[in-house]
Amino acid sequence: MSRENSLVTAQWVADHLDDPKVVLVEVDEDTTAYDKGHIKGAIKLDWTTDLQDQVRRDFVNKQQFEALLSERGVANDDTVVLYGGNNNWFAAYAYWYFKLYGHGDLKLLDGGRKKWELDSRELTEEVPTREKTSYTAQEQDRSIRAFRDETVEAIGVKNLVDVRSPDEYAGRLLAPAHLPQEQAQRAGHIPTAANVPWSKAANDDGTFKSDDELKKIYTEAGVDWSKDTIAYCRIGERSSHTWFVLKELLGQENVKNYDGSWTEYGSLVGVPVALGDERGEA
Amino acid sequence: MCGATQGGLSLDGINVAKEAVVQGQVTRGGEPVGNAYVRLLDRTGEFTAEVPTSATGHFRFFAGEGEWTLRTLAPKADPVDRKVHAAVGSVAEVAVAI
Repeated sequence: MSRENSLVTAQWVADHLDDPKVVLVEVDEDTTAYDKGHIKGAIKLDWTTDLQDQVRRDFVNKQQFEALLSERGVANDDTVVLYGGNNNWFAAYAYWYFKLYGHGDLKLLDGGRKKWELDSRELTEEVPTREKTSYTAQEQDRSIRAFRDETVEAIGVKNLVDVRSPDEYAGRLLAPAHLPQEQAQRAGHIPTAANVPWSKAANDDGTFKSDDELKKIYTEAGVDWSKDTIAYCRIGERSSHTWFVLKELLGQENVKNYDGSWTEYGSLVGVPVALGDERGEA
Repeated sequence: MCGATQGGLSLDGINVAKEAVVQGQVTRGGEPVGNAYVRLLDRTGEFTAEVPTSATGHFRFFAGEGEWTLRTLAPKADPVDRKVHAAVGSVAEVAVAI
C-alpha cells in the first residue's frame, strides 16, 4: 500500500461529494458527533453498536457485517472514505475493520473531521438515503489481527509498539486523559514494547506526517523493520491509527493490531507487566 | 450561546476525590467557541489527550498529578497554550480566550 492508495485530502473529498460510488462514512468515539453535523452525504457507523457483538467481547461476524453494509447502502465496488473525530482514531479503527473483512477500495480522510472543521468546511445535519445493496464480505484476514497469546509470545521477539501516551505506558494513567481514570485492569505496559504514541505520527491538525518523518520516528524508537510488528493501545483504536501508518503508509509487510489491547492484557492473570518509562526485560 | 452555564461544567456523576480534573471554557470575544479542539500535553510537551469543545465551549480532562499544558486549536485562530496544575481531588478551571 501507499499514501496515494489509502489517504485522501479534504479537497479530494470536497471534489467527490456528489460521486455516487464514493461513500463517506463517519465513525467517532463520540457517537453523537455525526448527529450534530457531518460531511454532506456521509453515513454513520456506531462503533459501539454496529461494529461490536452486543454479548461477547468481539466484532460482529461476517454475516452481521454483510447485513450492516447492505442495509446502509454500501456496495462491494464502492470507494469507502472513512473519517472521524479524535484525529481519526475510530475512523482508522473502522478502516482496519473494513480491511479485516476484505473491502476493496478504502481510504482515510487525512486529518479527519478536525481538519475539515479547522478548514471551516461545511457540515450538514441532513441524513442521506442510500439504496440497499447486497454486500459480500470476506472471511476475517487474521494476518492483520493479533490475539493475546500471540502477543505474549511476541515479547522480546517481535516489535511490540505501545501507542498510548507516555503516562499510560508508564502506568501513571490508566486511560486516555479525556476519560475517567478508574479502571479494573493493572497499569503499565507489555515488557519490551516501545512507546511510540500515535500522536507522534500526526500533525496538530490531525493530518499524517510525511513518510520520511514517519520512518524516522519509528526507527528512532527502536522499531526493527526486519521484524513483524504488533501494535496495541487501550482498546485497539489508537493502535489502528499506528497500524495504518506502518502498514498502509509505510508499507511494512507484517503488522497486526492487537484489538484486545491493554484492557485485555492488563487484566490477564500471570502475564508479565513493566512499569515506568523503560521498556523492561523479556 | 446565551444562557451557557457560568463557572464551569457540572461535576455530577464524577468521583472528584479520585480524579485530577482539568476543565474550562474556550471563548472568543467573550462568546463560547463550540468548534474548538483542546489538547492536553504532558510535562515534556507530549500529546496526552484531545477533546472537541461542547456547544457551550466547555472541555474536560481527567489528568494525573502535575503540570500540564492545554493547547487550543480553533478555525481562524492561532493556537493558544495555557499551563495548568492538576491534583487528584481537585478541579482546575481554565478559561481560554482565543
